[in-house]
Amino acid sequence: MNFIPPDFAPASSEIFMLIMVCIVMLADLSAGEGRRYVAYLLTQITLLGCALLTFLSFSTEVSETFSGMFVDDAMADILKLMVYGTVSAVLIYSHAYISDRGMLKGEFFSLILFATLGMMVMISSSHFLTLYIGLELLSLSMYALVALQRDSVVATEAAMKFFVLGALASGFLLYGMSMVYGATGTLHVSQLAQIIQSEASSKEVLVVGLVFIVAGIAFKLSAAPFHMWAPDVYQGAPTAITLFIGSAPKLAAFAFVMRLLVEGMGEMVADWQGMLVILAVLSMAVGNIAAIAQSNIKRMLAYSTISHMGFLLLGFISADSNGYSSALFYVIAYVLMTLGTFAVIMMLCRSGFEAENIDDFKGLSKRNAWYAFITLILMLSLTGIPPMIGFYAKFAVLQAVVNAGYVGLAVAAVLFSLIGAFYYLRIIKLMYFDEPETDEPIVSNSDAKILLSANGFAVLALGIFPQALMGLSLYAIQNSM
Amino acid sequence: MSFEFPLLSLVIWLPIVFGIVVFATGNDRNANLARVISLAGAILGFIVAIPLYGNFDSASGIMQFVENHAWFERFNVNYHLGIDGISMPLILLNCFITPLVIVAGWEVIKERVSQYMGAFLLMSGIVNGVFASLDAILFYVFWEASLIPMFLIIGIWGGPNRVYAAIKFFLYTLLGSLLMLIAFIYLYQTSGGSFSIADYHQLAIPLTPQILIFVAFLLAFAVKVPMWPVHTWLPDAHVEAPTGGSVVLAAILLKLGGYGFLRFSLPIAPDASHYLADMMIVLSLIAVVYIGLIALMQADMKKLIAYSSVAHMGFVTLGFFLFNAIGIEGAMVQMISHGFISGAMFLCVGVLYDRLHSRQIADYGGVVNKMPAFAAFFMLFAMANAGLPGTSGFVGEFMVIMGSMQINFWYAFLAATTLIFGAAYTLWMYKRVIFGAVASPAVEQLSDVSKREFAILAILAVSVLWMGLYPYPVTEVMHATIDQLLAHVSNSKL
Repeated sequence: MNFIPPDFAPASSEIFMLIMVCIVMLADLSAGEGRRYVAYLLTQITLLGCALLTFLSFSTEVSETFSGMFVDDAMADILKLMVYGTVSAVLIYSHAYISDRGMLKGEFFSLILFATLGMMVMISSSHFLTLYIGLELLSLSMYALVALQRDSVVATEAAMKFFVLGALASGFLLYGMSMVYGATGTLHVSQLAQIIQSEASSKEVLVVGLVFIVAGIAFKLSAAPFHMWAPDVYQGAPTAITLFIGSAPKLAAFAFVMRLLVEGMGEMVADWQGMLVILAVLSMAVGNIAAIAQSNIKRMLAYSTISHMGFLLLGFISADSNGYSSALFYVIAYVLMTLGTFAVIMMLCRSGFEAENIDDFKGLSKRNAWYAFITLILMLSLTGIPPMIGFYAKFAVLQAVVNAGYVGLAVAAVLFSLIGAFYYLRIIKLMYFDEPETDEPIVSNSDAKILLSANGFAVLALGIFPQALMGLSLYAIQNSM
Repeated sequence: MSFEFPLLSLVIWLPIVFGIVVFATGNDRNANLARVISLAGAILGFIVAIPLYGNFDSASGIMQFVENHAWFERFNVNYHLGIDGISMPLILLNCFITPLVIVAGWEVIKERVSQYMGAFLLMSGIVNGVFASLDAILFYVFWEASLIPMFLIIGIWGGPNRVYAAIKFFLYTLLGSLLMLIAFIYLYQTSGGSFSIADYHQLAIPLTPQILIFVAFLLAFAVKVPMWPVHTWLPDAHVEAPTGGSVVLAAILLKLGGYGFLRFSLPIAPDASHYLADMMIVLSLIAVVYIGLIALMQADMKKLIAYSSVAHMGFVTLGFFLFNAIGIEGAMVQMISHGFISGAMFLCVGVLYDRLHSRQIADYGGVVNKMPAFAAFFMLFAMANAGLPGTSGFVGEFMVIMGSMQINFWYAFLAATTLIFGAAYTLWMYKRVIFGAVASPAVEQLSDVSKREFAILAILAVSVLWMGLYPYPVTEVMHATIDQLLAHVSNSKL
């Protein structure tokens, strides 16, 4: 028996990340209480290093390793680069917030990095088991992150809900996967596709498995009717953690859907298409309508996320590279907008004061015209008003939906986004039309300030020149299928 | 092709760049600087637009000053600009009104001056973009973007109920335009991947989809025009908006809807247009007659003028769906003339409001005793609003009535009632506000128009009279385009 070592090169960034997480933990322990910036800097360096490794190994070729359980393709590389950027931005935005609230500990950084590693594994997996391992690594890190503020009752409660429902979703997913395994005898994504194509498997069992898998996906994406956890977790978690949960994992979730449904069970498109239509319409309806009634900004944004996830799912319905690339574009645009929005919320927080209510935005244009302007751009973008990037995201998805012949669905989608316009406009109304309730100055670190400006600018500039990002999305999808 | 100076881009982007510069002047410490820069920007914006008229070849109906660059290839969207005899006069109208609006807000706006002035410049550039776009997505981007400054103008500087009015304005318009977007995407698919409006004009579409497309466009444009019964946002928006906002809304933004009918509905869905013409005519006549009657009963001056706008825009849509040259040209003239007259009427109300802070007719009376020069101007504009021959208001209405006479006597009869209702509500309001005994001590204190106000009103008065006495320069440029449009619309696309 001779052992052939697998090719480690495609997984170099994951391996680097894993080593660095351990180093960050050790370094933080030895640096001690007063020198948390060591861990912070090391974390950023880790992300930068990963980005370099991913960037240097970038190729249009699809390379598999670990007996085909791990894949490195263009989509994986592009998504990973986005994830690093997002996580890095999350850290910059939340640094001041976290340290004000006594959460700036080594655990914070290692958990964030573990979650990132989980996302990377998810993005690169070509086997149901790797996919599941990545997902659990991400989820468990997120549960812990939500509960990071140990003495906060709401945070602990949110973490419990998140954990219980998340575990349930994982159960669904595993059950679905086992059904698929039972029907086809494989968990390899590519083999699975071949077996389904050859129709050598029991269709009934497969469809049952598919239903559970789709339900699991919907849980993770927070698509209605599996969305219940999202508002509670978004509200209960410290804002910095909400920012994290609401941004980068959505990129991983996109990859998750791509690997499971499109690459693995693409032949069953007729079966999952209908399920996604229901999920999408329900999500847009529930998200947009429930958001109107919220007075808590984080809760409102949770419902807004649900509605955006519904829109995102629409992109998959057309089941062609046009639709998938639109969905990818949508998720990138969404992450960009979410980052900015939560960053503004964190800047409105002061030590001893949590900006939680939408009324905290009152008179922002008089307190700080620049932040108000950036929020204006973000809100209009979330509404889908050109020339902000949010419009092109909606446009691309709608185009794919109409292309697939679902004109009625497209009409429903725009009508729901019209409802959604109301609660985004309400934020603009509070910022511009109302008087401020407090004249406390808004203090923030200069790095966060610069990043927020760049973030707002990107939402506008990528809207005026969307070609690059659209082209990149299409490129990523076309080179991975 | 030789290099051509991108004049249309300049007309669009110059005001926008100036608008951004004005925003950058920051808070109210630099208010005067903001005012001067915005006036300079607005006047420059008008000057650079003049060659559009001077170098326009009015013998040809094709697009001129064309610019075409790839914008995003992913969906074959182009930065494609060009104007014809329909859009050129509207661009000029817009560039002409903008400096007046800036001057009108000169002293009145004391808070957040740079934002106010900047928003109007931005709006001016965006609206030029709407009129000049030959690519559906470019058009849509400008169309939607024009909502943002207006939303803020109403919401920040508006009256007591401004939040309600601003949100109603935004949501109403968004509802219409989102369905238009779906129609564009549908056309993109059927045309095999093009967003060029000219391609859509040539596209053969069966009747049922044509009707659906027409309805999607109708919602977008009818809300903007606004046609009965989706006009209800307009009185709210007008009443709450600051004077400048009302002027731009009435003079410019309402024209976007009318323009949309000519650029999209008629040529893209000609069969549906013919099929639904009777419905459109009936809706237009309801606007003319019923809204005219509603205007009669208003106690608020701005509301009265807002309803009279709806009635006058009813003439525009009526003219479009008569499918004869005189009807469409009359409608175009009516749009331009309504731009002058309604703008002037709102400015007049603004002059009174700045002094007495009331828009109620009942609070006034005997104003002529204190403001004789103002009363003279107001008289002219009121007469023009009522459609007196010799003013621009007469030309368009008369042409549309002539056009409807060719189709059906009763259309013409009903449309002509506006000459009675229009005179009734305008002149009755004028009588109650201007004549009679001095109504209150507050009216006693009124001072006549300042030089600044005099200048604005005089410019508008000259325009109204000039268009009333010699409309040829305006009608001349649109002949060829409208003939071509009519020829196109009379061919079935089935």
